[in-house]
Amino acid sequence: MSDAALQNSSIALLRGQVLDRLRLRDRIFHFSTVAAALIVLAILAGVIIALFIGAIPALCNFGAGFLVSQRWNPVTENFGALAPIYGTLVTSLIAMVIAVPFGLLIAVFLTELCPIWLRRPIGIAIELLAGIPSIIYGIWGLFVFAPFLQGTLQPFLIKVFGNVPVLSELFAGPPYGIGILTAGLILAIMVLPFVTSISRDVFEAIPPVLKEAAYGVGATTWEVVRNVVLPYARVGVVGGFMLGLGRALGETMAVTFVIGNAHRISPSLLAPGTTISATIANEFTEAVGDIYTSSLIALGLILFVMTFIVLAAARYMLLRIDRRMG
Amino acid sequence: MRYMKTLVAAGIFAVATLGIATAANISGAGATFPYPVYAKWADAYKKETGVGLNYQSIGSGGGIKQIQAKTVTFGATDMPLKGEELTKAGLIQFPTVLGGVVPVFNIDGVAAGGLVLDSATLARIFLGEIKSWDDSAIKKLNPETKFPAQAIVVVHRSDGSGTTFIFTDYLAKTNADWKSKVGANTAVEWPVGIGAKGNEGVANNVANTKGAIGYVEYAYAKQNKLAFAKMINKAGSAVAPTAAAFQAAAASADWVGTPGFAIVLTDEVGAASWPIAGATFILIHKQPQDAEAVSETLKFFAWAYSKGDKMAEELDYVPMPDNVVNAIQKAWAAEIKDQSGKAIFAVSN
Repeated sequence: MSDAALQNSSIALLRGQVLDRLRLRDRIFHFSTVAAALIVLAILAGVIIALFIGAIPALCNFGAGFLVSQRWNPVTENFGALAPIYGTLVTSLIAMVIAVPFGLLIAVFLTELCPIWLRRPIGIAIELLAGIPSIIYGIWGLFVFAPFLQGTLQPFLIKVFGNVPVLSELFAGPPYGIGILTAGLILAIMVLPFVTSISRDVFEAIPPVLKEAAYGVGATTWEVVRNVVLPYARVGVVGGFMLGLGRALGETMAVTFVIGNAHRISPSLLAPGTTISATIANEFTEAVGDIYTSSLIALGLILFVMTFIVLAAARYMLLRIDRRMG
Repeated sequence: MRYMKTLVAAGIFAVATLGIATAANISGAGATFPYPVYAKWADAYKKETGVGLNYQSIGSGGGIKQIQAKTVTFGATDMPLKGEELTKAGLIQFPTVLGGVVPVFNIDGVAAGGLVLDSATLARIFLGEIKSWDDSAIKKLNPETKFPAQAIVVVHRSDGSGTTFIFTDYLAKTNADWKSKVGANTAVEWPVGIGAKGNEGVANNVANTKGAIGYVEYAYAKQNKLAFAKMINKAGSAVAPTAAAFQAAAASADWVGTPGFAIVLTDEVGAASWPIAGATFILIHKQPQDAEAVSETLKFFAWAYSKGDKMAEELDYVPMPDNVVNAIQKAWAAEIKDQSGKAIFAVSN
C-alpha cells in the first residue's frame, strides 16, 4: 500500500518535472516569437522616426509649399516635391492601367482555360518575371526597350494623335525613347507578376461548386468569369492590385534608367520626368548641405506615407476576403 | 503580409550592409570619379609596403560628411571646399589627379572634332536658347561644316556628379546668364533636356538621339571613342581635349596662392589650355586624433605623387604638375600637426 503510494507520488513528481520543462520550453518559444515580431515593429517605428527627424529642416524651411512647389534647385537650395510626386503617381497609374487587364486575363486563362500540363510552365514563368532584379529591367529598358519605343511606338503615337485635341498634348514632342511613358511600361511588366499571381490564387479559392453550377445551367466561360468568378473574387483581386501598386510606387533603379530624370511636369507622356525614388537614388550621394539632404529625406517620407496607405488598403481588402471565405 | 515582411526584411539588409566597415590601415571615403585610380594605387602600394587602403566611393557629399564626422582618415571630393569652409572644419585640402570634361554630340553628317563651340554658344544651347543645329551662332563658329536643320536635344547627368560641377562651373564663369539663372553645383536645375545616370547613361542617350549634345568625363569619351567637340578657350584658340591640354590648364593656374588649392580648372588662360577641366581633392583634419593613421595616409599620397603618374595616365587621368606637388607637400609639413604640435609629415623624402 505504502509502496504503491510512494510509486504514485514519484510518478506525480516526475510528471510535474516533465510538465515544467515543457512549459518552460514553450514559454521560451513563445517569448522568441513575440520578440521577433516586436523587432519588426521597432525597426518600422525607427525608420519612420529617422525619416521624420531627417525631414524636419526641409519641412520647417519650406512648409506646406514643399508639397506644391515644382522648383528643384540645388544651387539656390530651393526645393519642392511636386514634380517627383506627379511622376511617381503618373508612372504607377500607367503601369496599373496596363498590368491590371493583362494580369486578369492571364489569371483567368490559368485557372479556367489552360490545359493542366501548361499551367505550371506559365505559372513559373510569371513568378520568374518577379524574380528578375530591377537593375536588369533598367539596363534592358535603356539599351533595348527605349530605342525600340523611339523607333516604333512613340512616332506612331505622335502621328496618330497629332490632330486629336487632348491626346495631341498627351503624346506631344520629339520621341526621346525614354520618358514617363517608357517608365510606366517598364513598371507594368514589373508589377504584372504581382497582379497575376494574387488574382490566380484568389480565383483558385472560389468554391468549385459555384462555377460548376453556373456551367451546369449553361453559362459560357465568359459568363462564368464575368458573373461568378470576378464578383466573388473582387475584393481579393483589388488587394492584389494594391500590392502591385505599392511596388510600382517605390520602384527605383529601373525607373531611374528610363524616365529621363527631369524635374519638370510636362503635359506630354513622352517627355522626361522624375519620380520620388529616382530623385533620391540620383542625388543622395552627392547632396551637400543640410537643406538639400533634408529635402531628399522628406521626399522619402512622402513616399513612405504613400506606400503605407496603399499597403494598408491592400491588407484591409485581403482581410475582408479572407473573412468572407472563412 | 508575406509581401510586407519581405519588404521590411529587404530594408533591414540594405541598412545592415551599409554599416559594414572593413578593417584596413588607411580609410577614406568620397568621390566616385577618382575611385579607379585610387584603387589601382592602393593595389600597387599594398604590394610594395603591405599597407592597405579601404576607399569607399560613396560620392563627394558622403565623403565630406564622413570626414567631418571623423569616421574616416581622409575624405575625397570633386567639388573643392572654399578656404573659409576648410578653416571652419579644421581641414586641409589638396588635389590628387586631374580630369577633363568633354562635350559630345550626335549630329547627322558631322564627325568627331568637326564641331567647334565657344562658351557663349555652349551656354545658350544648354539654356535652351539655341534650339537647332543650323543656328547662325553655330554656323559662324564652324564655317566649313554643313549642319542639318535638326532640333538640339540636351542630355545632362541626372545623378549629382563632379563632372556636372566642373561643366556648370565653366558655364557660370563665362556666362552671366547661366550664372544668374542656373549656377554651378554637382546638380543644378536644368532649364532643358533629359537627365541620364552616369557617364554611360549620357553617352548612350547621346548615341541614340539624333541631334543630341551632352558632356562626359574625358576618360570615358576617349575609351569609348565618342564624337567630341573642340572648344575655343580664353586665349581664343580652338583646342581638342587631350591630356596635354588639361595639363596646360593646370600649369597656368595659381595653385599656390589659392587657399586649400580650391581651384577649378575652368576657363584657364594659356593658348593650349582645355577650358573645362578640374582636379579631384582630398580632405584631412589638420589636427587629427589619430596622428598615426594620418601619417600613413600622407605617406600613401606622397608615394602616389612620385610613383603613381604612369598608373594614372593608363586610366586616362592627368597627374598633377610637379610644382603643384611640391606646394602640396610643403602645405602638409606646415599645417598638419599631431596633438603635441609636431609636424606629422616631413618634406625632403
